[in-house]
Amino acid sequence: MKLNQLSVFLENKPGQLKKACDLLAKEQINIQTLSMADTRQFGILRLLMKEWERAKAVLEAEGFVVKATEVLALEVSDRPGGLADILGPIEAAGLNVEYMYAFAILRGVGADAKAALIFRFSDPDAALASLKAAGVNVLSGVDLFN
Amino acid sequence: MPTEQWNDIGGKFHPASAPDYLPLEQLRQVQLQRLQAIVQRAYKYVPLTRSRMEQRDLTPAAIRSLEDITQLPFTVKADLRDTYPFGLFASPMQEIVRLHASSGTTGKPIVVAYTKEDIEVWTSVMVRSFAACGLHQGDIVQNSYGYGLFTGGLGAHYGAEALGATVIPMSGGNTDRQIMIMKDFGVTAICCTPSYFIHLIERAGELGVNLNQLPLRAGIFGAEPWSESMRQYIQENSNITAYDIYGLSEIVGPGVAIECSAHSGLHIFEDHFYPEIIDPQTGEVLPDGREGELVLTTLSKKAMPILRYRTRDITTLTRETCACGRTLCRFLRVGRRSDDMFIIRGINVFPSQIEHALLQVEGTLPHYLIVLTREKGLDQMEVQVEVTPEFFSDTVSVLESLHERITNAIEQVIGLRVNVRLVEPHTIQRSEGKAKRVVDQRKM
Repeated sequence: MKLNQLSVFLENKPGQLKKACDLLAKEQINIQTLSMADTRQFGILRLLMKEWERAKAVLEAEGFVVKATEVLALEVSDRPGGLADILGPIEAAGLNVEYMYAFAILRGVGADAKAALIFRFSDPDAALASLKAAGVNVLSGVDLFN
Repeated sequence: MPTEQWNDIGGKFHPASAPDYLPLEQLRQVQLQRLQAIVQRAYKYVPLTRSRMEQRDLTPAAIRSLEDITQLPFTVKADLRDTYPFGLFASPMQEIVRLHASSGTTGKPIVVAYTKEDIEVWTSVMVRSFAACGLHQGDIVQNSYGYGLFTGGLGAHYGAEALGATVIPMSGGNTDRQIMIMKDFGVTAICCTPSYFIHLIERAGELGVNLNQLPLRAGIFGAEPWSESMRQYIQENSNITAYDIYGLSEIVGPGVAIECSAHSGLHIFEDHFYPEIIDPQTGEVLPDGREGELVLTTLSKKAMPILRYRTRDITTLTRETCACGRTLCRFLRVGRRSDDMFIIRGINVFPSQIEHALLQVEGTLPHYLIVLTREKGLDQMEVQVEVTPEFFSDTVSVLESLHERITNAIEQVIGLRVNVRLVEPHTIQRSEGKAKRVVDQRKM
């Protein structure tokens, strides 16, 4: 299942990240996870949350440029080699990863411990099909947000 | 009662437009008679003009042909400032019915005066302007030029009223209300600055109002230089025809020149305003077709005759016959002013060049601002460009490539690599009058 991630354009100047976060806080919107891509010039704040549509409206109303992007959340085993196991099928299917980051969840203990990684593929639909076929557990919003 | 559709479409024109079609020989006669009279008047009543003519051993009798105008001294903006407030008036206050003044961003404002006749002439050239844009009785005109000391508001107001159109005296500002009235009143034409209209288009989009579906069909835009690409953007995003109107308070206000439906330059109402093109450096008069600074002489202004006023607007004059049939000469749209130009590291730059580069990259004109600073004695130029939703991408490489393309496009145009900064939307201040494109923070 594909998830909608919000990307927000931020100017590289003090206070910009806080401005966006304050807005969401005021609207009682909880951010599940985020990642920040930054350059000397600007930053792109990537957010995952349950209420992404409401968050998008709130941010846009305040003048932020916001884009919804489809990403996949892949389950990985929390052990050495867990990520490598996932990357195998991705490479085998010839999928292009634009970026990835970790989702802050941990389930189970010991050998059963699981984490989630967020992937942005150039072609999310093709990625979804080949990863499912390869037996990778693609997580849904229900798995992540509840 | 049927409404007479006076306009320039279908061969009918407004009676006030008759001088637009004068045979050239007759037009030259009118110009010469008026020039002789105005020089006489200025010589007699304006001490500054008299002393400058005397310095050159000139009397009004020296003006025997139109070409003799080149012997007269120029008038520059500083002359109006130096004689503040009433030093250039040629009529006693009893005969002056109105005063206007410039915004005065650099010290004292400049003051201009009108007799009753002057106001009539002004109104008539505004009627001729609107008629050239195809407006007529029955049109509902939203006048969003500022009312007050600025000549734009009242000039357009009285012109549209005299044409017989219905005028909504909106004045500038309060954008949401402007859009509501435009929609609810069924406005068919609007007068404002082109940059403010672009702001209206943007805001209407945010409010969910589709300008394409409104009866609005014409925009009469002026008071600042604008480009052909801005016209395209306006026309594509609002389904109107955009006309360029030209004027300046020192001469009369709006209504010095207007674009006709041919959109190939602006017709100067040269029966009242005599144009010349000069080399801005040497002051030498240039032949038709050569680019230079527009110089205007008021041929009929009683209260404040202005001889050979240097407008600082850079353009080209043509006397080729226009498709619309007007015999009035035309100048090409003013894309730049000689005083808009700034010099950075010895290179002359016009904001229109930056605009051109941005349009090449993005296809539409984003909001931008040029900031000039000086760091350790070296001039720095930064171009701030607002990121639009269409150009925002969530991958760094796409944005970096946009940044790189803008930087390269500017370098191509001006030959200098400048700092480009992508900024969040709506962070560059919108103007409700003339757009501010350059902020010069250099300490000279």
